[in-house]
Amino acid sequence: MNIKLGRPSGRVLKSLVGASLTGALILSGVTAVSAATVTVGGTCTKVGAASKAGKTAVACKSVGNKKIWTDTKIYTVEVAANAILGGKNNQTASWIMNYVIPSFTLQNAEAGKQVTVKFTPKGIDDTAFKTQLALDLAAKRGPDVLSLDGFWVAEFADAGYIKPLNQVASAASVKAWDGWSQIPTSVQGVMTYNGAVYGVPSGTDGRFIYFNKALFTQAGLPVNWQPTSWADILSAATTLKTKLPDVQALQVNAGDGMGEATAMQGFLNFLAGAGNLIYDAKTKKYLGNTKAVRDMLTFYDNIYNVKKVGNSDWNLLAGEAGRNASFEAFSKGKLAMMIEGDYQWRGVINPITGNYKMADRDTNVGFAKIPAQTAKSGVNGQSFVSYSGGGGYTINPNSNEKQTAWELLAFMNSKGAVLANMSIGGAVRITQRKDVNAITLLADPCLKFVFENAIPNTFFRPAEVNYNAVSTLLQKATGQIVAGKSVATVAADYETSLKTLVGATNVLSN
Amino acid sequence: MARKNKILEKSLSERVTTTIFIALVVSFFMLPLLWLILAPFDGAPSYRLKIPHFGLQNFEEMKLNPYAYRSLMNSAFFSAGTGLMVILVGAPASYVLSRVKFKGRDSFLYLLLLFSSIVTGSAAMVPLFLLALRLNILDTYHGVILVLTGGLIPAAIFILKDFTDSIPKSYEESAQIFGASSFRILKDIVTPVIRPGLAVIFVWSFVQAWGNFLVPFILIRDINKQPGAVMMYSFYNEGGQAVIRLVAAFSFLYTIPVVLMYFYVNRKYGFRFYGGIKG
Amino acid sequence: MSIKTRSDSRAAKPGNSVLNGRAAAFFLSPATIFIIIFLLVPAVWTLYLGITDYKLTGFSAANPQIIWFDNFQKALHDPQFLSSLKVTLIFTLGSAIFGQAVVGFILAWVLSNVSKRVRSTVELIVICAWIVPSSVVSFLWVAFLNGDQGTLNMLTGLNIQWLIKYPLVSIIIFNIWRGTAFSMLLFSAAIASIPKSHIEVARVAGASKLQQLRHIILPSARSFILTNLLLISLWTFNDFGPYLLTGGGPGGKTELLSIFVYNSALRYLDFGYGSAIAALMLMMNLAISLIVIRAGKKNR
Repeated sequence: MNIKLGRPSGRVLKSLVGASLTGALILSGVTAVSAATVTVGGTCTKVGAASKAGKTAVACKSVGNKKIWTDTKIYTVEVAANAILGGKNNQTASWIMNYVIPSFTLQNAEAGKQVTVKFTPKGIDDTAFKTQLALDLAAKRGPDVLSLDGFWVAEFADAGYIKPLNQVASAASVKAWDGWSQIPTSVQGVMTYNGAVYGVPSGTDGRFIYFNKALFTQAGLPVNWQPTSWADILSAATTLKTKLPDVQALQVNAGDGMGEATAMQGFLNFLAGAGNLIYDAKTKKYLGNTKAVRDMLTFYDNIYNVKKVGNSDWNLLAGEAGRNASFEAFSKGKLAMMIEGDYQWRGVINPITGNYKMADRDTNVGFAKIPAQTAKSGVNGQSFVSYSGGGGYTINPNSNEKQTAWELLAFMNSKGAVLANMSIGGAVRITQRKDVNAITLLADPCLKFVFENAIPNTFFRPAEVNYNAVSTLLQKATGQIVAGKSVATVAADYETSLKTLVGATNVLSN
Repeated sequence: MARKNKILEKSLSERVTTTIFIALVVSFFMLPLLWLILAPFDGAPSYRLKIPHFGLQNFEEMKLNPYAYRSLMNSAFFSAGTGLMVILVGAPASYVLSRVKFKGRDSFLYLLLLFSSIVTGSAAMVPLFLLALRLNILDTYHGVILVLTGGLIPAAIFILKDFTDSIPKSYEESAQIFGASSFRILKDIVTPVIRPGLAVIFVWSFVQAWGNFLVPFILIRDINKQPGAVMMYSFYNEGGQAVIRLVAAFSFLYTIPVVLMYFYVNRKYGFRFYGGIKG
Repeated sequence: MSIKTRSDSRAAKPGNSVLNGRAAAFFLSPATIFIIIFLLVPAVWTLYLGITDYKLTGFSAANPQIIWFDNFQKALHDPQFLSSLKVTLIFTLGSAIFGQAVVGFILAWVLSNVSKRVRSTVELIVICAWIVPSSVVSFLWVAFLNGDQGTLNMLTGLNIQWLIKYPLVSIIIFNIWRGTAFSMLLFSAAIASIPKSHIEVARVAGASKLQQLRHIILPSARSFILTNLLLISLWTFNDFGPYLLTGGGPGGKTELLSIFVYNSALRYLDFGYGSAIAALMLMMNLAISLIVIRAGKKNR
């Protein structure tokens, strides 16, 4: 058989070569084109096609009415908070389930990333929540994004349970987040320890004096009352007691039944007003039997024993019972003045959703700043004081998806998400972002008052490991005053216990 | 004649004192319970005991918490599981300990009882958590059942042993003469006789597990597995105040099952902590 | 069932009347496994924590150190611990020994002579108090003792904040209410197990009800009484229920040792100290039980 490469074969050969050359060109061109445009999130044409964007395997997915190159890996993150639908912190649970998760998932899908966000709700009291969290973190497990009360940050950090944000997620992405500029440094302080930021705060609050305008008018006191000293408070209370004997004049939290509510709404403000913070971070000392402490205890003594303008029983009850009693009395116009946080306005006496609805809340409640002991006698020379708390969210250092967790965290604190939180539940609160506050606080007189008058004068509790225990000692001390013990005895006992607790060298006395 | 009158007189004064005593006791035990019957059905309940504004809206509102009703089922599961486990593990052991007398038996049992008091307290929280972690039973139904059972076994054996003690060995001895195996004896002779004791221990374990907050709190994270004891605390709002409507409704639903269980066991076996065979 | 006659090799070993060794081991093994894994291991672990400075958060969480008996020394000098100890002893004595046991016994005795219907009804009510879960019960009692709206004040016309003015008495009464059912049931069985003939003989001989009680019923029920006292004093000593009523207050007046441990563990996350207290409680339970057993032996 003779196979001769005649002209027809030559032609075939040429066309073969030509075809393959063209094919190669087209192919390389196509590949070049694909290599240039296959990015995670880029548009694709055929649903189901597989490819690679750099090292990432992607597939073409239909998202809405677009077709997008999507990372084939599914990123799963779990977020946990002490919130549950239909129960505790219902608004937060609703926000996470109905806004954050769907929006974050969609936003990522449109950018070519598949995320599954799982929400772990809980409805237990805060100390129990803290214990569960500590157990999980100690065992190096737990949710990826977790909510944390600001003043647990110190002890969790010391135990090695949490790390600064820029050590968990990529430092560059944390630094580059634009949200930081909207969160005031003082509010960032809620989640800061030893100069490092451990999480993003969720908002904050403030304390001030609530008073019933109608009762004040009846007693001949001004409707725009603003005391400038502790003596002013006592004198107003005495006037009320004399003119309106059926009404409780004043409530200032005392005793350890109310826990931190006694600290935040009570003695911390008076210590600051007397010129000293409970803990001096520079000298690393706690206040012992000092003039500030004695003055603060004397103020309690004046209220409950000397002038008898307070209700001792409320402050000796266990747990929430006494605080509830004071809320109820105020909501019914049976209590003229009380020091509380904005939580009472938003969640307790709220005429629509409150636990003790106050029908005339919006017209009849006056707000006054908490004065220092006398003008300019407060810390930093302040004449008015307040205390703020707050918590935030952070990332679990044991997370398998740290970067995605950070992205979720940043998303939760974006302007849109924070605004959504305010609208989803209906109850406005002071958020961590200046831009959101500028919009949402306009209509609410109380929160506006707090943001403008209390927050600028506010202090935060010390992020020190022993604070919790010291606070309890002072709570008990105020309780003992209400029970009738003398200031000198109580102050001395307090200092003894304090020295046992933190060591004598860390106590200041004078 | 006079003697008969004396006997009758005695009966009368006796009966009067007895009646008064019983009336006092019944009021004492019943008064605090009344709130549980009235408040859940009250439209606006408070701590006050009052005639309710009848309505079932509190139960309706409870539905808004998607986990509330489910938690009651979880409680049932945990409690029944624990009750069963306690009987299965405890009954054979108490039989042996009843029949086999070795030196220090009672002290040994009492030591176990003391240990159980540690393990059911708050101090054991961390060891229990880490133990469950190592055994890989965290966040599981069986993990909770196993841990609860461990804490209840000593007391269960203590009580069941006394129960079994009061049953004469004659039945077992005669069965043995006929060659029945120990296993057979336990199954066919002893068990039917101590069934009332088993039922009581089942109910007792059930009730202990039903009300136990600590163990599920330490071990469970998945909200869908949480029992009623833990879920009850979710009916508090942000500031820690109880939402009385929900707490009342939930309390009612949370109480009914254990009461019904007692009724059933009492009717069927009589609820006694001790064998009732008279010699 | 068919029982085959078998050889004597299947008979039990001498000394154990009805049980052979293998069966006994088999019956005991599940309980043994349980006790080792779920009772002994965590209990010993907890006791071990008592000699460390372990806390759940803070530096001591990352680096716990063995501090031997420092926790115990701290406890013995801690005024709050000593006060808790006192409160717990009063609570146990008052509500268990003089409360539940006495009331339970009298109830059992009275009920043994009434009609079945009355008896079942009374028993039902008493047992309900025991069966209702503790988180519910605490709500019921807070409502009952409430100063402004409480049922007790409503009935007596008083206006006392019972949990503030008389906290220890309140929780003692509460605990009696809660726990009497167990004693009542136990003593019922005790009384039921006394042969009717004995009582009949005494009655015919002219003994009054009280004399019958003293000379016949009480002696026969001795072992029941002992078991009962042992169990309820242990349970009451470790009881945590009153926490839900008073939180240990006001001012620590009702802070039982169990609440003290709870506070150390949950509030302060100081598990080292809390475990040491638990160990001390164990020793005290031991002491109490020895006293009870000794008292039982003496009365012979």
